[in-house]
Amino acid sequence: MPLRHLLAATALSLLSAAPVFAQDAEKTLYFYNWTDYYPVELLAKFEAETGIKVILDGYDSNETLLAKLQAGGATYDVIVPSDYVVPGMIADGLLMKLDAPTLSNFVNVKEAFANPDFDPGRQYTAPYLWGTTGIAYDSAQVPGGELEQSWKVFFEPAPELEGKIAALDISSELILAASLYLGIPQCTESNDDAKRILELLEAQKPKLKLYSADSTVDRMASGEVAMHQLWNGATARATAQRGTIRYIYPKEGTPMFRDNFAIPASAPHPENAKIFINWMMAPENAAAVSNAIAYANAIKSDEFLSDQWRAMDAINMPDDYASRLVPTQDCSPAARELQDKIWTRLKG
Amino acid sequence: MTSSPTVRLTLLLLPALAVILLLIGVPLGLMSWVSLLQKGGSTGVDWSSSPGISNYVRLVWEEDFDGTMILNPTYLVIFLRSVMQAAVTTLLCLCLGLPVALWMAGLGKTGRNVMLLLITIPFWTNLLVRNYAWLIILREDGWTARAVNAVWPFGPVQLLYNDVAVAIGLTYSFLPFMVLPLYSVFEKFDWRLIEAAHDLGATRRRALRRVVLPLVMPGIVAGSLLVFIPCLGAFVTPALLGGGKTAMLGNVIQAQFGAARNWPFGAAVSVVLLAIMLVVMTAMALWRNRRAAR
Repeated sequence: MPLRHLLAATALSLLSAAPVFAQDAEKTLYFYNWTDYYPVELLAKFEAETGIKVILDGYDSNETLLAKLQAGGATYDVIVPSDYVVPGMIADGLLMKLDAPTLSNFVNVKEAFANPDFDPGRQYTAPYLWGTTGIAYDSAQVPGGELEQSWKVFFEPAPELEGKIAALDISSELILAASLYLGIPQCTESNDDAKRILELLEAQKPKLKLYSADSTVDRMASGEVAMHQLWNGATARATAQRGTIRYIYPKEGTPMFRDNFAIPASAPHPENAKIFINWMMAPENAAAVSNAIAYANAIKSDEFLSDQWRAMDAINMPDDYASRLVPTQDCSPAARELQDKIWTRLKG
Repeated sequence: MTSSPTVRLTLLLLPALAVILLLIGVPLGLMSWVSLLQKGGSTGVDWSSSPGISNYVRLVWEEDFDGTMILNPTYLVIFLRSVMQAAVTTLLCLCLGLPVALWMAGLGKTGRNVMLLLITIPFWTNLLVRNYAWLIILREDGWTARAVNAVWPFGPVQLLYNDVAVAIGLTYSFLPFMVLPLYSVFEKFDWRLIEAAHDLGATRRRALRRVVLPLVMPGIVAGSLLVFIPCLGAFVTPALLGGGKTAMLGNVIQAQFGAARNWPFGAAVSVVLLAIMLVVMTAMALWRNRRAAR
């Protein structure tokens, strides 16, 4: 282990001595991102402008990313960790220092994202997209056509909606939503709290059609379910296909995630990674991502946003909902164990 | 170098031994070792923790939400459910695979080759894609659901997101593993043996039981093992077609290596799964030996 640290430190010192925009000899970039979270057409533009060929690979959760990096042997230049896993990755030495404010396009970053709590001074990460996990519903299938802005409609649904609801098959997301509804602190380590969460989820289970985090856009757009615990961007894309879909920012608290670019400590092409990250902070490029996959970015690029998305609450959050946003935290091992216990009993 | 037979034999066996050790021994050894350790703080495994059997104890005994140790039936239920689901799938595959294999063996040379090709074609497509196809086939407004509802007298039937859907998906996925070994047995089967049995006065049932079944048994056993064992660890199909409502062993293991970040417990569940498979295979082997001896 010490040898690896030493090597990493040497690599770091060598890097900081190099000029910021020097390219690596090999014009390649290994980009490891969430599945379906980047428009591939944009990679062609990047290659045309910089001559760097990008090889894209996908993962489905922060935990998969962590497992890959911790197992070692994975060679990626740019990864996209969410806010809550960043502190742990920095502490474990998995990330290379980036010093994002020194990149020329950092001036475009919106103030709220320039100095986040999970990476003070943006030493290791640069902002990518951000979003929320709320509730999508089809107003055409709902009695009265409108639902209250509360987790109640999801956890204790109207009888007409029973059997037409989908929950995300991700333990952290569903347990966080239940915690917010019950007024229980995020990442609770209390057994009593865990018991209450389990009881709520067990009571909800027979009213659900399924648990799933795949093909969510199609599921909502085809009308297969009338309500879905869902991310705002996925909701917006479904709304583009089915105009009657609405999005709820629950008043008890709406989980917010802020995704970031980072460079793994083992990256083979760190200079190319910096070029890419800087390129992505150019407003027209950041907006191209938002326009394609319907998540808001952290760059001052609103003027480039297409009118289609601008009209939707799901992606263009009304300002007075800002107070409802709850940043996702990294739970302690004890809290994670409790969550696993809830999840296993729920599914067992 | 001397070329005594022993040395040459050892040298010839060396590559095979090395492959077995590297590809089977090392990974399984690592898995068993990790299953005795504790999980790390933010990482998956605490490599410096002292080995113990707490991960195995946890499968049966668990600290309840009020702090007392209770018998935890959750994992036992999941184990039992997985075994049941795998057994039902094996039985369904056998019922469907036996006639198909028998029919194939009776075809001409071209017919056989065409059928073999058709049976292997699904393997050219990823399992995930094939499961998605079943999502479309069984979906609520799909033609299958309409056809079933047209003849089913007891109200609308939900085809997706339940154990039946999982059984259908698993049977579909693993059917070729049953058909192929059965076909290879039937292909070599000497049909004159049945005539001989009849000549010697055996009834049709008796000929089937005393002549056909014993000769076909190796194919049935091989096919059943090939279906049962991968079924036990399946996790894509239960998650997709089962709607994620009930977990099978594969899902528990996946969760431990993912969201729970508890590699040692995941490894412990894997070791237990391996143990179940060994028991099944040993039982099968013993049973066959006893039959062979008789």
